Amino acid sequence: MAGLLNWFSQVGAIAKFGLMSIPQRRGAVSATIIGIAGVVLVLVGVLSIAAGFRRTMLASGSPDAAIVLRSGADSEMVSGFGRNEARLIADAPGVARNAAGPLASAELFVIINLPKRSTHTDANVPLRGVEAAALAVRDHLTLTAGRMFAWGRNEVVVGAGAAREFAGLEVGGTIKVGRESWPVVGVFTANGGVAESEIWTDARVLQDAYHRGDSFQSVYARLNSAAAFAQFKDALTSNPQLSVKVLRQSEHYAEQSEAITRLITTLGFLIAFLMAIGAVFGALNTMYSAVAVRTREIGTLRALGFGNGAVIAALMIESLLLALLGGTVGGGLAYLAFNNLHAATMNWQSFSQVAFAFAVTPQLLLQGVVWATLIGLIGGLLPAIRAARLPIAAALREY
Amino acid sequence: MSENTAGQSALVRVEGVEKVFHRGAEDIHVLSQLNLEVPAGQFLALMGPSGSGKSTLLNLIGGLDRPTQGTVHVGGDRLDTLSDRALAAWRARHVGFVFQLYNLIPVLTAERNVELPLLLTPLSPAERRKHVATALAVVGLSHRAKHYPRTLSGGEQQRVGIARGIVTDPTLLLCDEPTGDLDRKAGDEVLNLLQALNREQGKTIVMVTHDPHASARAARTVYLNKGRLTNEPEQ
Repeated sequence: MAGLLNWFSQVGAIAKFGLMSIPQRRGAVSATIIGIAGVVLVLVGVLSIAAGFRRTMLASGSPDAAIVLRSGADSEMVSGFGRNEARLIADAPGVARNAAGPLASAELFVIINLPKRSTHTDANVPLRGVEAAALAVRDHLTLTAGRMFAWGRNEVVVGAGAAREFAGLEVGGTIKVGRESWPVVGVFTANGGVAESEIWTDARVLQDAYHRGDSFQSVYARLNSAAAFAQFKDALTSNPQLSVKVLRQSEHYAEQSEAITRLITTLGFLIAFLMAIGAVFGALNTMYSAVAVRTREIGTLRALGFGNGAVIAALMIESLLLALLGGTVGGGLAYLAFNNLHAATMNWQSFSQVAFAFAVTPQLLLQGVVWATLIGLIGGLLPAIRAARLPIAAALREY
Repeated sequence: MSENTAGQSALVRVEGVEKVFHRGAEDIHVLSQLNLEVPAGQFLALMGPSGSGKSTLLNLIGGLDRPTQGTVHVGGDRLDTLSDRALAAWRARHVGFVFQLYNLIPVLTAERNVELPLLLTPLSPAERRKHVATALAVVGLSHRAKHYPRTLSGGEQQRVGIARGIVTDPTLLLCDEPTGDLDRKAGDEVLNLLQALNREQGKTIVMVTHDPHASARAARTVYLNKGRLTNEPEQ
């Protein structure tokens, strides 16, 4: 026990001298901290895009809400139903009901072009036709400005994300649908979910405008409970009159976000990995110079009886502390710069823009600190081993 | 030749020591069949020209290096067979080092520098402070305890180095050119101190030096030339 305490006091003493001598090496030390901070900033920043996009998609569906598409359809774009099929779906067992009937909304989905506020270039925006139950089917849908569109009239309400990203989408504005201009009469939020990127109108009005007859592309349904999903799904998939795919909304949106999340995550790791290689060399350089300027000092301590293990541990501690400082700075900057930063990106599964906010989550910050720690470990290990293995007599001759 | 000091118990016994350094394909024989005994309580000066192997011999006696062949005993311990870890622990317990360039840690005050070897002992902080105060008083630098090395003169820095060397009350004090970087006056002060430590406290001292003026303070001087010991300087 005394031996262990002695060892820790050796490590503490050597680490303390190293940290106290940092002001003399502030140039190299700052470069390392900035390098590691840069890696963490970029890693956390890029991954916060994926995290934010995924959060938006996952906020869009609760477990007791389901979406029904045509069998084989990956997205609403390639799905389709007639009125009778939509009615069969709405009347299936498991669907919640209120005084007005089943909580199921048969919907159709078209893409229109609108100029982005940021670039003034056109981008795809989803225009969704909904039925009266749509508001009850989705969670936390709230009108924040204006009013709901009138059923049967050429009016729209817009999601807050779409209103932020696209020109003309404020209450009082208009959108071009075919040859007509439809007024924007309200803005709604949907708990940050994907519906906030959409424009909504009456499904029947939209069917007429786009000559869709009496067809729909999806049915959104609120179930009696999350557990009722199995009953609902079984009823639909075993019905010979229907050929459908039944998903919980949460599963549907997770599936929808998978491709883009994977792409951004892969890119983020690739960029961060390349930067991390550079940062490792920076840390190596700093720690080699830390060892070089203190070769005689470390040799003296070893001559006095300080152990090699203590020298290695102390130099590793110094390297790790610098890396953690860099990681904390990088994570902090990423949080300040990116958290809640609003953006919109193309969701290839729906060929339309999804507005979302970057999310610098605690997990991402932890991941950043883990990367910084690894850089510190790799950057500190070789110089520390060199310092401990150099013959003491040779170290004492260094000037 | 063999250096024997019959009648006194040897604290240091070097027997049949060879030291060969390898530089590329070339073998450099620094010490050849060297024997030396240093009795307990002796102040020995080790002289010789540059490259004669003085510092190498001092390093072997201090457990900083191992001989290629032969044995090194200090006290009851045979150093050439100890592991690195055991050798480090041995140095901490038994040897004090004094270096030509003082080798003080620049970010520590004089008293913190002197305290360093005590960090390797089980002494409490209060006990360490007491030992440090005593060592600094011995070298006459109590009033400079809180000063950093850069604010001390060369002579003062070397005296702090000596205080660090004696703070653990080691059996053996090894000095490598302790006056080599000092002017005559500061060098004399350091030599006076070493002489006092030898005479008054019975410290066994081995001092490597170029300087005949310094070696004259030692009780005995041996000369190293081309890796071999003699009692007379090479003419």
